[in-house]
Amino acid sequence: MAHQLIAYAIFLPLAGFIINGLFGKKLKSETIIGLIGSSTVGIAFLIAAMIFFEMVSTPVQDRTRIVHLFDWIVAGGLSVGFAYQLDQLSVIMMLVVTGVGTLIHIYSVGYMHGDPGFARFFAYLNLFIFAMLNLIMADNFLLLFLGWEGVGLCSYLLIGFWYDRKFEKGTTGDAAKKAFIVNRIGDFGFLIGMFLIVETFGSLNFGTVFAQASTLQVGTPVLFWMTLALFLGATGKSAQIPLFVWLPDAMAGPTPVSALIHAATMVTAGVYMVARCSILFALAPATMEIIAVVGATTALFAASIGLVQNDIKKVLAYSTISQLGYMFLALGAGAFSAGLFHVVTHAFFKALLFLGSGAVIHAMHDEQDIQNMGGLKSHLPITYKTFLIGTIAIAGIPPLAGFFSKDEILWKAFSGGHVVLWLMGLLGAGLTAFYMFRLFFLTFAGNPRWRGDQHPHEAPLTMTIPLMALAALSIIGGFVGIPPSLGGGNAIEHWLEPVFEKANETMVSHGSEVEFLEYVLMILSVAVAAFGIYIAVIWYTQKKEIPERLAQQRPKWYKLLLNKYYVDELYDAALVTPTVKGSDKLLWKGVDVGVIDWCVNALPRGIAGISKSIRLVQTGIAQTYVLVFVVGVVAIIGWLLTQ
Amino acid sequence: MKSEILSLLLIVPLVGAILCAMMNQESKLAIKSIGMVSSIVAFVLSVWLFITFDAKTSGMQFVEMHAWIPSLDVSYHVGVDGISLLLVVLTTFLTPIALLASWESIHMKLKGYVALMLLLEVGTLGVFISLDLFLFYVFWEFMLIPMYFIIGIWGGGERIYAAIKFFLYTMAGSLLMLVGILWLGYYASTQPSGFFTTDLLKLYKVAPGIPMGIQSWMFLAFALSFAIKVPLFPFHTWLPDAHVQAPTAGSVILAGVLLKMGTYGLIRFCLPLFPQATFTFMPYIAALAVVGIIYGALVSMVQPDIKKLVAYSSVSHLGFVVLGIFALNEEGMQGSVIQMINHGLSTGALFLLVGMIYDRRHTRLIKDYGGLASQLPVYATFFMIVMLSSAGLPGLNGFVGEFLILLGSFKSVSLGSHFYALFAATGVILSAVYLLWSYQRVFFGKLDNPENQKLVDLSLREWAVLVPVVVFIIWIGFYPQTFLEKSALSSKQVLEQIDQARKIQMAGTGTEAAAHAARRAE
Repeated sequence: MAHQLIAYAIFLPLAGFIINGLFGKKLKSETIIGLIGSSTVGIAFLIAAMIFFEMVSTPVQDRTRIVHLFDWIVAGGLSVGFAYQLDQLSVIMMLVVTGVGTLIHIYSVGYMHGDPGFARFFAYLNLFIFAMLNLIMADNFLLLFLGWEGVGLCSYLLIGFWYDRKFEKGTTGDAAKKAFIVNRIGDFGFLIGMFLIVETFGSLNFGTVFAQASTLQVGTPVLFWMTLALFLGATGKSAQIPLFVWLPDAMAGPTPVSALIHAATMVTAGVYMVARCSILFALAPATMEIIAVVGATTALFAASIGLVQNDIKKVLAYSTISQLGYMFLALGAGAFSAGLFHVVTHAFFKALLFLGSGAVIHAMHDEQDIQNMGGLKSHLPITYKTFLIGTIAIAGIPPLAGFFSKDEILWKAFSGGHVVLWLMGLLGAGLTAFYMFRLFFLTFAGNPRWRGDQHPHEAPLTMTIPLMALAALSIIGGFVGIPPSLGGGNAIEHWLEPVFEKANETMVSHGSEVEFLEYVLMILSVAVAAFGIYIAVIWYTQKKEIPERLAQQRPKWYKLLLNKYYVDELYDAALVTPTVKGSDKLLWKGVDVGVIDWCVNALPRGIAGISKSIRLVQTGIAQTYVLVFVVGVVAIIGWLLTQ
Repeated sequence: MKSEILSLLLIVPLVGAILCAMMNQESKLAIKSIGMVSSIVAFVLSVWLFITFDAKTSGMQFVEMHAWIPSLDVSYHVGVDGISLLLVVLTTFLTPIALLASWESIHMKLKGYVALMLLLEVGTLGVFISLDLFLFYVFWEFMLIPMYFIIGIWGGGERIYAAIKFFLYTMAGSLLMLVGILWLGYYASTQPSGFFTTDLLKLYKVAPGIPMGIQSWMFLAFALSFAIKVPLFPFHTWLPDAHVQAPTAGSVILAGVLLKMGTYGLIRFCLPLFPQATFTFMPYIAALAVVGIIYGALVSMVQPDIKKLVAYSSVSHLGFVVLGIFALNEEGMQGSVIQMINHGLSTGALFLLVGMIYDRRHTRLIKDYGGLASQLPVYATFFMIVMLSSAGLPGLNGFVGEFLILLGSFKSVSLGSHFYALFAATGVILSAVYLLWSYQRVFFGKLDNPENQKLVDLSLREWAVLVPVVVFIIWIGFYPQTFLEKSALSSKQVLEQIDQARKIQMAGTGTEAAAHAARRAE
């Protein structure tokens, strides 16, 4: 019974973390460390595959299973355990996380070769897999939250992995801290969401909560606040407006980390979470509207920043934010399985692109500025080819993976009546095709712009094999979701149908499902992508003066994009600086020292003052005492007489 | 043995202290060994206590009672329930660790130091096991003396100011409490067929009947004393001074155990003795707790001195505990109980860690550090784990308490508003800010201060100090049930006591209470 192996799949990576974390330095051999790190995830993948096949051979109504290991927190009416839910949704996520995870672990053996923190790196990666598996397999919100914060921790540790290095204006430590704290702001929302869930449903277990939720009315106010709070959590983890600011900085970490955590898996956790709670969100149409708007806006906004960035990883980072925006657009439009489909395909091609960029950075000896690249095509043939596949896939050119999933999202947005959002998505798709090919041409095509003493060379097999595997997946990955209009069966949608059944029943479809329109839109989106590519070809291979001239003619616009709309600066000025200054000057030196302690010290001072004045009476001079005595006696007699 | 184990628990460190005092000042190893052995024996006894404690009953266990001043019905009456049990174990756990931590840093007047640490343990244990208010008060005051000397003799540069401030602050509160205790005894004697008593279990039955007006004053007399000890905003300013000036072991016990006497006092005395007043003052105290959570975190964030940073973080963390207590439901109460333990572990460990680096560099200023992670990887790792525990990361201990407290206060019918929990939950963000920021400044970046390039990583002794704490940090994170189970029924019992007492009072004092309840219900 494969499902009983789930505990091994989840806890083996934890064992890998402990072994490499405690004894890694003593092991010394990179091969052994890498083997431990990769094999634990590899075994988890095998178990995931076994569970998947077991599930396929099980009748649909029996596919969901709960494996309860032990109680975690029991207090009052609350009872949650380390319990895992195996169903169509979690098994897909598990396959992606462990599958892509294994490839990236293998890649890291080559990429991190010779790094003094080799063992630490693999320990953190394994810990990440453990946390991520808890996130996606949990059968309750609290365990999901354990994974949720756990992946955030690993992200923090890995962004700051090279903790003594500079990064942009600050250090890697700044980037790591920013990631954790911004995520914590999201987690605040997640916590509030959980409290509302307990208050409303009396439980945190998915089964209980969702079963009760489906008895509620659409638009119940508490559901709006609940889902909005949860969505705030999602904007943190999945880098959406307004909490996206940490992800570009997260590129301070080693490139395999960017691929695994900040592209393929962790950042999609928000999408997963919303999909998992589909019934709650479906019952809160106002939240769904917000999600769709935030998603489409983020998709377009981040794509526009990506147009002008010159750091190879930065471009990919903004592209990730943008692609995550598409996923949320899908969720907001009620197309949960389309969103999940894009999670899967994006994991393939974005991991590929990041790993490819890693191979480039590796070859260029830590150079990341594409202005100093060019002409790498002949030096890195495998990287070049696989990167091209990834670029075509993300641009949305059929029949590669990105086309099917992105097109599904755009179609669902349009047919769901979100025409404006659809238009934004379409425009974003054009921009995506443009900036990705810009990146591709500047890196691989044209004449070399690097120094002569650099000798770029192709990466070792441990790195190229994962590239080739991911390239294959980026080509064929979309075939699991070919829509019926193109003669496919949309296998992934069918597979996920039981998970989203209740949510889909709740939502009233008010769009038009005209097949003719679907073809039109499909052709339109391919045309837009092709146009983006065409511009990139012209600008970056033939008339290279055009982009420079544009930047000079519109310096304000160019600066605005280059500086990412000054969002970081805005947050700093509006939030960070006032908080720090206010706490220092007003609270600490003002209230604490100035007011409270002044009062506390005033008390003994006052008492000392009173004693001081009383002490003056005790002069020790007998004449004074006699004088006072006589005056006193006279006064008393006088008082008695007047009575 | 079963019935005398609590007395034995007091006697062991007491005997250790007396033995130390009789030793020659020069035989340092012998003095240290006496300290270690007696505190470890006490710990072993308390583990036995923990194991044999029956979690299926809610009453006091291991009860022992001897007449002391029969004419006033004052007696030596001790016993534990699930709540005090955990605090007893925490105390006996932290004492040997604190002693081991100061193994090499105390050179002056060693025997006095060890003896006072053991006396401190006697005092705190006494506070947690007393079931007689007079006895409780004796221990409560007694514990001040060793702490006063530990800060005043072995402390830092401004130790005298800090010690006196600590002493006076606490005394100011406890004098009112003494008046309260005497009045309670007197009140008992005015009841039909009543007599003067300070026995807690007897007072539980009569005290809730005190008329509302006087009950409020009684509540305040006790609550002020406890609020200072916790410390609840705005009575907290003794804490940063005391912590910064105290030697490491003093800070560990101060933060780990002494602060819990305040929150324990609220649970054991204020709530069940004065249930009606509890309801009256609940919104104000909960509000102060929330202010403390946010205020403590913000002030902590801007501290240049790392020890002061940890001290202010205690204000924030203890705010959570108080909030949970006044949620008056099981989630909140259980969260508070476990959070008391958690704070003892993680803040205790933070002080241990700060002490270790202070022993090496003799500075506590964050700006003197930077890049330590490359020079002291093991130290950095321990610090990371403890910091994350303090920041409430799920999987480590702090989360369990914080989550239950926030959940409890969110759904609390008595508090009646989501805003307490909503504001308190921002503490989750702020704790990450001040902890991660200070960690970054101490450990990340380049190791550019030449003073820091000579530092050596943890010694075997320091490993031995930290590993037990970290084991419990992870244990509670993953399986808090070991401890939650023990206190579950006792927490419930306290809440039921309040509930019943309120019902009796409403029936008894009639119009006033009923009118008040009606006002609340509106």
